[in-house]
Amino acid sequence: MAAGGGPDVFLVSVSGEIESGQFPGLDELYCKFCFVYGQDWVPTAGLEEGISQIACRSDAAAAALVWNLPLDITFKSTNPWGWPQIVLSVYGPDVFGHDVVRGYGAVHVPIEPGRHIRTLPMFVPESTSRLQKFTSWFTGRRPEFTDPRVVAQGEGREVTRVRSQGFVTISFNVVTKDMTKLGYEVTPSDMESHSMSVTEGIHNY
Amino acid sequence: MSEYDSIHGEKSRSRRASRTGSGSQDPPLSFCLPPVPSASRTGFAEFSVRERMREKLKAARVSIQNDFPSAEEAYKFFTFDFDSEAERKKTGIKKRNELNHEEEEAEEEDAETHEEGQEEDETVRTKMPENMQPRFLEDEGLYTGERPFVSPSNLNILENRILRQERGKEWFGDDGKILALPNPIKQSLTRPPIFSLEEGIEPELETLYRKAIKVTAANQYLVGSGDFQGPFQLDIDISGLIFTHHPCFSREHVLAAKLAQLYDQYLARKQKNLTTLLTDKLHALRNAVQCSIEGGDAAAPKPIAQQSIPEYKMEIRQTRRLRDAEQEKDRTLLKAIIKVWKEMKSLRDFQKFTNTPMKLYLRKEEVDQRLDEKAYEAEIQDEINELLEEYREEYEKKMEEYKAELQEWKSWKRAQSKKKKKKKDLREEEESIDESDLGEEPVKPVPPKMVNSLEIEQQVREKVDSFRRKPGEPVLIPELVLSGSITPSELCPRAEVLRREDVKKRSSFIKVLFNSKEVSRTVTRPISSDFRVHFGQIFNLQIFNWPESLKLQIYETTGISSTTLLAELFLPVPETTVLTGSAPIEEIEFSSNQRVMLDHEGVGSGVSFSFEADGSNKMTLMTSGKVSNSVSWAVGEKGVPLIPPVAQQNTGIASALKSIDAIASIGTSGLTDMKKLAKWAAETKLDPNDPNNAALMQLITVATSGEARVPDFFRLEQLQQEFNFVTDEELDRSKRFRLLQLRNAEVAEFRNYKEVPLHEREISEKIFQDYEKRLRERDVVDSKHYLDARRAVVANYLQKVRESVINRFLVAKHHFLLSDLVNEEEIPSLGSEGPGILGLGIFKLAEPKRPLKPRRKERKKVTAQNLSDGDIKLLVNIIRAYDIPVRKAVSKLQQPSKHSRSFNEMFTASPSAQSPGENIDWVLNQVLVRPFVEVSFQRTVCRTTTAEGPNPNWNEELELPFRAPNGDYSSHSLQSVKDEVFINLFDEVLYDVGEDDHERGSGIHTRVERHWLGCVKIPFTTIYFQARIDGTFKVDIPPVLLGYSKEKNLGNDRGYDSVRNLSEGSYITLFITIEPQLIPGESVREKMNEMLKKFDTQEDEKLLQAAEKYEAECTSKFPSRQCLTTVIDLSGKSVFITRYIKPLNPPQELLDAHPNSSQITAELVARYVALIPFLPDSVSFAGICDLWSTSDQFLHLLAGDEEEHAVLLCNYFLGMGKKAWLIIGNAIPEGATAYVLTLEQNQYAIWNPSTGCFYGQFDTFCPLKNVYCLISCDNIWFNIQEYDSPVRINFDTSKAKLWKSFFSRSSPYPGLSSIQPEELIYQPSDKAAVVELQGRIEKILKEKIMEWRPRHLTRWNRYCTSTLRHFLPLLEQNRGKDVEDDHQAELQKQLGDYRVSGFPIHMPFSEVGPLIEAVHSTGVHTIDIPSVEFALAVYVHAYPQNVLSVWVYVASLVRNR
Repeated sequence: MAAGGGPDVFLVSVSGEIESGQFPGLDELYCKFCFVYGQDWVPTAGLEEGISQIACRSDAAAAALVWNLPLDITFKSTNPWGWPQIVLSVYGPDVFGHDVVRGYGAVHVPIEPGRHIRTLPMFVPESTSRLQKFTSWFTGRRPEFTDPRVVAQGEGREVTRVRSQGFVTISFNVVTKDMTKLGYEVTPSDMESHSMSVTEGIHNY
Repeated sequence: MSEYDSIHGEKSRSRRASRTGSGSQDPPLSFCLPPVPSASRTGFAEFSVRERMREKLKAARVSIQNDFPSAEEAYKFFTFDFDSEAERKKTGIKKRNELNHEEEEAEEEDAETHEEGQEEDETVRTKMPENMQPRFLEDEGLYTGERPFVSPSNLNILENRILRQERGKEWFGDDGKILALPNPIKQSLTRPPIFSLEEGIEPELETLYRKAIKVTAANQYLVGSGDFQGPFQLDIDISGLIFTHHPCFSREHVLAAKLAQLYDQYLARKQKNLTTLLTDKLHALRNAVQCSIEGGDAAAPKPIAQQSIPEYKMEIRQTRRLRDAEQEKDRTLLKAIIKVWKEMKSLRDFQKFTNTPMKLYLRKEEVDQRLDEKAYEAEIQDEINELLEEYREEYEKKMEEYKAELQEWKSWKRAQSKKKKKKKDLREEEESIDESDLGEEPVKPVPPKMVNSLEIEQQVREKVDSFRRKPGEPVLIPELVLSGSITPSELCPRAEVLRREDVKKRSSFIKVLFNSKEVSRTVTRPISSDFRVHFGQIFNLQIFNWPESLKLQIYETTGISSTTLLAELFLPVPETTVLTGSAPIEEIEFSSNQRVMLDHEGVGSGVSFSFEADGSNKMTLMTSGKVSNSVSWAVGEKGVPLIPPVAQQNTGIASALKSIDAIASIGTSGLTDMKKLAKWAAETKLDPNDPNNAALMQLITVATSGEARVPDFFRLEQLQQEFNFVTDEELDRSKRFRLLQLRNAEVAEFRNYKEVPLHEREISEKIFQDYEKRLRERDVVDSKHYLDARRAVVANYLQKVRESVINRFLVAKHHFLLSDLVNEEEIPSLGSEGPGILGLGIFKLAEPKRPLKPRRKERKKVTAQNLSDGDIKLLVNIIRAYDIPVRKAVSKLQQPSKHSRSFNEMFTASPSAQSPGENIDWVLNQVLVRPFVEVSFQRTVCRTTTAEGPNPNWNEELELPFRAPNGDYSSHSLQSVKDEVFINLFDEVLYDVGEDDHERGSGIHTRVERHWLGCVKIPFTTIYFQARIDGTFKVDIPPVLLGYSKEKNLGNDRGYDSVRNLSEGSYITLFITIEPQLIPGESVREKMNEMLKKFDTQEDEKLLQAAEKYEAECTSKFPSRQCLTTVIDLSGKSVFITRYIKPLNPPQELLDAHPNSSQITAELVARYVALIPFLPDSVSFAGICDLWSTSDQFLHLLAGDEEEHAVLLCNYFLGMGKKAWLIIGNAIPEGATAYVLTLEQNQYAIWNPSTGCFYGQFDTFCPLKNVYCLISCDNIWFNIQEYDSPVRINFDTSKAKLWKSFFSRSSPYPGLSSIQPEELIYQPSDKAAVVELQGRIEKILKEKIMEWRPRHLTRWNRYCTSTLRHFLPLLEQNRGKDVEDDHQAELQKQLGDYRVSGFPIHMPFSEVGPLIEAVHSTGVHTIDIPSVEFALAVYVHAYPQNVLSVWVYVASLVRNR
């Protein structure tokens, strides 16, 4: 806080959890997450990176791998540019027991305060040739991104080919502070109509 | 009015009908629900009503605009009663207007009794919520827009479907119709139509001519003062082409061409008029002779006159002969003309048609017969007399000769007769001998005959008759005119017609080639029947360099398809004085050796033909002709000729584009007439409520209100301002915005700036200060840091080049390859190491865990981008050193009494153990030196333990952290790291500080001092690119180390292998690598190379192709060996490498220094080259562009890397008459580099151009490890031997099995011109400036040393300083050799009381920074004895062209007590 009144940073606090993943045909997966943010962002509290336990499928909840890995991080920033993104990468054993990557995905932390649920489609890079595909399957060294953070940037993605793998569901609870004071309006302008529709919904039911 | 009323009534009725009938409000007539009985009528009526309504609205609005409406007006407005007309309306209508809608509706229902209307109303009601009446918004003056057309049946279906749904009525508007947005389709075109100038081409596809502009990127490397000079212009005017022979020439044409040629000759001769000239001369001479003879008679014969007469006579004879020859030529020419003309006439008669308009007239000029005869006769007489005289003289001369010969003959005869008598007996042999003798027998001389005067007269007359006009014969003057008529084709025979048609089919054009590249070509023009082609085209060539060649190529096209090259002709590059406007038209002849045979009258080319019917007298003609052209330099606007300087030095081209204002080109368009626009808007009755027209309406209201003036500019997006949330000025002023912009542009200072403050007030101006300063100083030369204005300029220039290269990089950095993003295993090959196949993996399990012979495992490479501080470590393994200088015992010998306090105190501490008498014993016990190594990198220092002896073995690994600049670990950033690894060798010396002997008994007080011995510097980039550095390096030891000497001087040779002892100096074995291993940014390099290849070049395409092929062949055989054929010069063009090699003159001063020893001179030259500061462009250009500057550019810049040094040295050696080659190879520690190879007395010597050292071919310590190719001024040889180590290869390039040459017998060297200057011009260095520089360096260094010792007082010993200063020039003179002992003794004598430790440092001078760094790295300042004094002396020696050699002598002195 500047001495001369008024805030000079705004804060974005994100809590939530990586709830579950749906990877048909795959089991015993774990996931890693990290946050990618712009140069004007600084995490003030919480974990920037994390790794989950290995989750197995159960008979009860069909096809869902539940991690329930909590997220809790607070950023301060001076600039909405470079809004934080969460990057997920999911790993698990293949038929030979090698630990291989099962999916990459990224999503921006919702800018709107409130509770949000996001479903991330996950993907993995493809081998460049059929022979390589076979050998990589055989040796358990499948193509990986040099850095999982690649999926959070747009630059250079045109040279890659990916295959989609499954979905991960994340819930976010976002709290912001001082954004309105600093002139950033993040609540949607049709908030009223939104609330109206909610009331209408209530009427309907 | 009643009429109007009735119409009005009609209208309102029909309106009602339409509303109920169709339920539509808008004009689309078809948009109504079926069935509509009176569509057209209804439509029309409704339209007019709408129009009226609008007018009323408008009127109302205008009245509102003017002033506030009165209550009554307001009432009227809301009751739709706007004007006075309303009063005259029928009351019924008024009433209706007054009614509310429900009533109206009800009334309508009553009044109009359409069945459909009823039904329609019913349907409307079903669509409306109950108890609601339809509302018509348009009637209320609200804008509704035009509905899109939907066919009624579809609409019905849709409505019914919706109505069936729950809450379906929500889909219907107040008027009971489906909600719909206005029709988005506009009725008219909004884009202005484009009219094409050319017919048949789509206007969109029409091409526009844009003047070519020079790309700025390509010329950013140009050396020069930067003043704008180019582009230059060469005007080539090609006016026409005349064939003197062409395959389509008919016989008549051949004759005509001949005739024309003869006639031209005749005209030329006539103009010269040699005959008359010579005749006049003859007369004058005769007169002169006459005069002198007569004069001689009158007075006493003067000897001079007498002498001159024979001379005159000689001249007369000569002149006469010349005149006769000329006359004969004239005569024969005239005869030939007449003959050809006659032939032509006969030919025309024979073939019965005429092809050429040529006609020859012979004009006769009558002469006075009597006078003529007289002159003729006089002439003959004169000639006869002269001839007689001549013959007489000749006769006399011959007579003399005859007599002499006769005498000889007679004597011979006599001898012969004697011989004959002797040999009478041997008859048979005699014959043969006789025969042989006969050959030798001199012919009996014949006495000369006196010529008869009559004979002579006969001769003269005959001769004169043959070629001189007879007296009285008229003078014939031929005149060639082109007035003849050509027989029209109809009257010609078939063959001729064919020929003429063939000619018509042919056309020709000329290509203009500049430096063997086509730049333009003329239009194709048909060849006219007289075989002339008129072009009349002027080509303006904008050029940047002095042209190498200008060439025209003449092409002929026959019919549609075939184009043949007739001939090439070279135009001379005009002199610089030849300017456009004053250049004469020149005719340049050409001829072609093409062979053409034609099947018609045309005689063909290269084919023999004959004029005679019998085919005799054959002749063969080749296609030939003349091109009339002129080449000149254009004159610029200010009358300055646009001529490039002949020397290629200063072709600096700044961007001409910068001066062009981008706005001006847009702003020039004319402004729109607002009034007209308003009028048009009023006339077309635009709907003011239509959002499509909003912009226009606003504009019109602004314009028509009169207060806003018409802006005098045109704005493309007039609403842009609405979207600007702040003004541009404010945006510019915003510091935050600026910071963000700069960061986004990746400007170096802000590239990694974090957390841009949110408020303006938190951004301090300081942030920009550095950046702005840099921008300002870009052009301002700051001499403070460089101490030398010229160097500052150069540094500035290099900075600019560097920036532009870096900017290119930033572009390249954003191109990604798959490997940058995805880690993928390569396909493993069978049996390979590494991951292998599963089966092999099993074998691996069986391997012993710690094999006896471990194999090196490839380390995993890490891409640089996901690294952060502290991840990278530099591992330096110090293994051992050889031949380290050892301490000298001199001081001990000199001061034997004080030996216990000398620097050997530690080891002689117990006096009992040492007896002064046993000297040998002492030597053996003596520890000669206790060296240790200190490695400093990025100001982090690590040291080894102390070892002992001159050949220590440490074998220690030191680990130094590496920090990338700005925490940026991307490969391009790592490539530009400028830091060096300093490996310093020190001697650890222990001193006892105990004051008394009794103290010594109780405890040991020693002080550790370290003495710098030498260092090795290795740039980080080398380690980065090489991945690991492993080898033995020569330690850079100062020429003088006080108190130290080389081991062998002590006579303690322990018998090391002789090779090492041969070479001087100390060596250290190192192994350096980076952990983890980084992947050098090869991908960027490749990308860059691709970019560089796009640079233009002046090389011939063929050569470039050959070079590419050669390179491909070489690298396919030896992929690890680099093959260099083309390199990039400073202007960014690729240049064939041999053009760099050319003998050049070294400075005369160096050659004169040691005139009798070529070896010393060569070393001196090498030293001179090595003194030119070294600037690796792998650092400045981030390892990608290896730019090669020419030697003069190099000397001008005074900075360059190995290649420039090598090229200069090689050129110097060639200039000195040595055999020299450039070696492209690999050396430690520089990596890929260039060395120089010379052949000295049947031995090859390898020169390191950046140190000036040379090595024999078999020197094991030669830093050059691999030889890839050799380059001379006319060839390139690639090493195709099995080995590439210089020790193991043969340098004999003539062996084709060992060296693959670029130019060979099959493709010989084309004689490429060198890009080096003719001669290097050296400017003598400014002595005064050098002295000043010397003083300044000394001052700066002294200040620095004091700065480094903040806690101690730094005293300077002036006496010592002056002594040292005295020594330095001596060192320079001896190049640091063989002075040690004298020096030492001298210094000891003068500073007897002090213990001096110090040494001179020698460096080439570029800037002060490295000097400071070097002094700092020696650690002299680290001594902290309280009574220490320092001495520092600087000497700068200037070589020509401002090459400076700097000596810094730094020493610390401790007074001996």
